[in-house]
Amino acid sequence: MAEITMTQALNLAIDEAMAEDDGVFCLGEDVAAKQGGGVFKITSGLTEKYGENRIRATPISETAIIGAAVGAALAGQRPIAEIMLMNFVGVCMDQIVNHAAKLRFMSGGQTPCPIVIRTTTGVGVGFGGQHSDMLEAWFAHVAGMHVVTPSNAADARGLMRSAIDANDPVIFIENILCYGLTSEDPGPGYRVPLGKAAIAKEGSDLSLITYGRTVLDALEVAGELEKDGISVEVVDLRTIAPYDEETVLASVNKTGRALTLHEAVRPFGVGAEIAANIQEKCWDKLKAPVRRIGGTFSAVPFATHLEQAWIPQKSDIAAQIKASVGKA
Amino acid sequence: MAEIAKEIERSKLLDIYTRTMKVNRTDEKFRALLMQGKVAVMYYCVRGQELVSAAAMAALDDDDYVVCTYRGQGEQTAKGIPIEKWWGECLGKATGTCKGKGGTMHITDPDTGIMVTTGVVGSGIPIANGLAMASQNSGDGKVTLVSFGDGAANIGGFHEAMNMAQLYKLPVVFLCQNNRYGEHTAYADHTDSPDISSRAAGYGMKSVKVDGNDVNAVYPAMEEAVAHARSGKGPVLVEAMCYRMMGHFFGSDFSYMPEEHLAEMAAEDPLPKLRKVMLERQFTEEELDKIVADIDAEIDEAVQHALDAPLPDTDEIYKDVLEEVN
Repeated sequence: MAEITMTQALNLAIDEAMAEDDGVFCLGEDVAAKQGGGVFKITSGLTEKYGENRIRATPISETAIIGAAVGAALAGQRPIAEIMLMNFVGVCMDQIVNHAAKLRFMSGGQTPCPIVIRTTTGVGVGFGGQHSDMLEAWFAHVAGMHVVTPSNAADARGLMRSAIDANDPVIFIENILCYGLTSEDPGPGYRVPLGKAAIAKEGSDLSLITYGRTVLDALEVAGELEKDGISVEVVDLRTIAPYDEETVLASVNKTGRALTLHEAVRPFGVGAEIAANIQEKCWDKLKAPVRRIGGTFSAVPFATHLEQAWIPQKSDIAAQIKASVGKA
Repeated sequence: MAEIAKEIERSKLLDIYTRTMKVNRTDEKFRALLMQGKVAVMYYCVRGQELVSAAAMAALDDDDYVVCTYRGQGEQTAKGIPIEKWWGECLGKATGTCKGKGGTMHITDPDTGIMVTTGVVGSGIPIANGLAMASQNSGDGKVTLVSFGDGAANIGGFHEAMNMAQLYKLPVVFLCQNNRYGEHTAYADHTDSPDISSRAAGYGMKSVKVDGNDVNAVYPAMEEAVAHARSGKGPVLVEAMCYRMMGHFFGSDFSYMPEEHLAEMAAEDPLPKLRKVMLERQFTEEELDKIVADIDAEIDEAVQHALDAPLPDTDEIYKDVLEEVN
């Protein structure tokens, strides 16, 4: 099988879903052929195949984009709305939180809202404070949505297909620094179920629970620590909410130690929720307090050395793991 | 104000009258129940706006889509929502359109095209575009009508949605029921421009401003707007001038409305004006009274049914959050 990048994986997943179902369509800023198929080229080549109604380039109007996606979903279609950068969700939170997420419940199940909201972000690109944040916790805190993020190209293909299949809103978070990652192409029709974590690396001393780009950091650190005789299990959530509690708890029950890791800031983050749940449900198996690592609690800075200092450090990940297993 | 296009057909006029009275009698009944303490829920009165809703719904086909607001009783009942389910929902019962989980501000009934009732001012406007976009993509020929007030015209989503609808020539009718108040703030205290309809020019959109208290003005305007949207020529912004004859919600003080305003709206009350038109068009007092009596009987039965209906099971709070996937 050939290798594909994450960019190609997402494009292929959307392409095959559009080919199979006339109700699937894309809308967002700059997404059509005239604008180059999206700023990160995810919808490249699709206008030529499916026309401008199904690859709709929109005005810079995030509220109108998500509102339109909600309305089209209520009418039975499956829109894939692109919010160019994750910070821009601040413009359209009413449509996402008060409408997309709640319409199934408030209608007593009559109007499910099957939309995929694709968005990208990431620290380490030099985009500064308003183009870099990971805001997954905002959505994980709202009932009625799935929050998904892939850490590799194969998962990107499989998660995107499942996101489009889902009969509820999905916030699909991409990371700019991950678009170039390559995997063996899992092939057409490949799906990764929502709500299922992956054990990215097996281990026995500590469960390192993470998702998205930081899975790469986690694997690198875990590989290094093997040399010190520390066996780290890396759990890639893939779906952040509702997350795969069964896999997480089983891993922690096995290792007895846990560290959560994400690029988003630490306070009130996804890691805090998972850590609290682990303390409640694995208390008698825990050999050490659950630890958390997240980005610095400030805006993402611009200057390269500041930005690099802001990101969770691999040295800190290693230090926290060593402290947890008592080898500091 | 728009010119009177042509005389409304008699059968259509009767249809509009029936829908108008359905809205009005529902409103009267709701207020009576609240006054008597038989129910205690949030209710946004539609007194004064019955005709606008009725004329708009009479201009639509049965399977056209409607998006409305918390003050949406008019659109809902005039579109033909089953009233037992409507009352059930308003009373928070298991028999409601939404199993009692939506309530007065979130009535949904896709079978009659009531797709969204939003409790957030202006939020339905961008959603209407999406329903219309689905119709444009699939070619199903439906029109989406979204109703909102003058207050909603000042939220950002209004602007975004107007521009987008015109850009794509979406089959939408934007119905601004200018009832002269945004919550407790008078029109002149929230908007300097003399009207909302003139904003359409800024988007290249067709618009019309009509007297919403005159059936001979408001219905032809609605009919033309719906036809325009359905033809593929694009959206229309209709501004129907009307009065909110009560407070923002039932029980809320409206002493902030000046005496002159109250006198003006009493003189413009659409119901006596409509009755007058009906009599001029040779409908008899008896015929008209019979329509109202029949509506009252139907409402009384629906209310009793709702009062007697079971409450939703408590475990409903866990259902319909996400699709149950095995």
